[in-house]
Amino acid sequence: MTGLISLAIVAPLVAAACSLALRSHPLGRDIAVLAGLGSAALASHIMLVTVARDGTHTVAVGGWAPELGIILVADLFAALILPVALTIIFVVEIFAIGQRRTVWAANPELSGPLLCVLTAGVSLAFLTGDLFTLFVAFELILVSSYVLLTHQGNRSQVRAGMTYVVMNLLASTLFLFGVAFVYTATGTVNMALLAERIPQLETGVRLGIGAWFLVVFGTKAAVFPLFSWLPDSYPTAPTTITAVFAGLLTKVGIYSMIRFHNLMGMEDLGPIMLLVAALTMVVGVLGALAQSDVKRILSFHVISQIGYMFMGLSLFTVAGTAGAILFLIHHMPVKAVLFLVGGLIENHEGSSSLDRSGGLAAREPLVAVMFAIPALSLAGIPPFSGFVAKLAVVSAAIDQRGTVVVVAALVAGGLTLLSMAKIWNEVFWGRRADGPRPSPAPRRGRRTMHAATALAVAGTLMVALFAGTLLDLSTEAAENLRSPASYIAAVRP
Amino acid sequence: MNAALLLAIGGLTAVGLYLLTSRSLSRIVIGYSLLGHATVVALITAGGPAGWPPIAGGAAPEDMSNPLPQALTLTAIVISFGLTLFLLALARRQRTLSGDDLVEDDLEDRRIAAVESGPTETEDSVAT
Repeated sequence: MTGLISLAIVAPLVAAACSLALRSHPLGRDIAVLAGLGSAALASHIMLVTVARDGTHTVAVGGWAPELGIILVADLFAALILPVALTIIFVVEIFAIGQRRTVWAANPELSGPLLCVLTAGVSLAFLTGDLFTLFVAFELILVSSYVLLTHQGNRSQVRAGMTYVVMNLLASTLFLFGVAFVYTATGTVNMALLAERIPQLETGVRLGIGAWFLVVFGTKAAVFPLFSWLPDSYPTAPTTITAVFAGLLTKVGIYSMIRFHNLMGMEDLGPIMLLVAALTMVVGVLGALAQSDVKRILSFHVISQIGYMFMGLSLFTVAGTAGAILFLIHHMPVKAVLFLVGGLIENHEGSSSLDRSGGLAAREPLVAVMFAIPALSLAGIPPFSGFVAKLAVVSAAIDQRGTVVVVAALVAGGLTLLSMAKIWNEVFWGRRADGPRPSPAPRRGRRTMHAATALAVAGTLMVALFAGTLLDLSTEAAENLRSPASYIAAVRP
Repeated sequence: MNAALLLAIGGLTAVGLYLLTSRSLSRIVIGYSLLGHATVVALITAGGPAGWPPIAGGAAPEDMSNPLPQALTLTAIVISFGLTLFLLALARRQRTLSGDDLVEDDLEDRRIAAVESGPTETEDSVAT
């Protein structure tokens, strides 16, 4: 088990080094990247089975005591989210290999190794048991994302990259200040010790820390009103990179909030957070309706959907937290798959702009199906995974009589369907506008891209199929988070 | 807690934040470095009063300064150093591309804002 936890972090880092060393051998480089990502994903699946059976497992890195050293904690929450995240990255990398021969591809010499580093950061962020290592994991993710976002160095990327980099640098600085505050107040950065000590602080200090980290993690998660950097920067990157960003990066922020604010008992912030959640859902979806480019519409939906997870968290009940966890599991693959389909649209139509495409359903029915399933799922139409996840979150809110937020969630759901219908009408139905077309991608690459997307669509259907089991596991994970005694006991035996 | 250190943190943060709101990337780089210094001082302050260097056998443990925040600080310094270099590279790239290092507006945003204020003939599909 110790080996599995380490493997999820170390394997991608080793793969990054190997693929950099093999940069002049395309085949060796790809094998290194796929082996690193694949073994990490495999390790995380075995980890889930083991943790679900035996309970939380911890690794004290270097054998230090929890007060001093770095500790990795694979509790059920981490073990549930990690396989979803790592599998998505693996599938996206397969798509990227297929996309390589087109003009929209990322530079494989850089994107492969950087994706591996990002994966290591994601694993570390999910598994870490202390606040400072979480900061380091965030930096690992962000630094590789900065380079991935701007590595082609064209004008729109540099422009968008500046906003993204400066915004996230500010958030990281606030994070460090937060670590300093927490250390001053409690004398530790270990989460299990913090879960004991923070609830005993005076109310003002405790809520100050809670609100500070709400801003820090909220900026990463792109909640209202801290979201403006996201729709600006995401669409400029190559599709595969946007798919990973949209599927994972904001979710790491939500994940950190679910863990931190539940363990530290920040229930008092609930009402304000619910209001923020309602605004995030509605403002995000309204932003999406105004856009006329597939990638930009999807970027605004990232924000809107974050609102649902934030809403589940803000209820501070077991049902609400479980709903948020289930929503995370549903949302990560669905969002990544929609961006991959965005890449396919770009590939077939020569652009992701709604004005310049049309009638794709007749020419590529498979692409139409692969768009329709995750799009309906995103809007929360039964029997897809989005329905189950939304039902869990909304029914938890109804239990708490959160009328405003429930209405906001339902309105946002309707408007999501509307904007998905807009993409459908403009891209898959209707007529194609005249204009110059780039040459389509070679057959072989296209087949790989379709296969990877189909695999990811199948993944989203699996979430719907096993929704009952996943909800049970999410509820168990939520119970552990809501009563931190088990977490504390696991870290300090 | 030391008032001079608190003043230093406050001053560095204020100047850093002011520079960060600028449009010129070179000012943002300086602002970010100042903010980085502020966080370093804050972390060190969090470790309690200064003492002897925390080297085993050098002094009695109760007379030493707290080594943990120092370890955190070192990590933070390395990260902020790397990021400052990346920002500089970005500023240079922007200068090559556009002749200055100013952060530009989002063109797509401008276009949609223009649609909101009154549809033009080229934008009819957006307005529907």
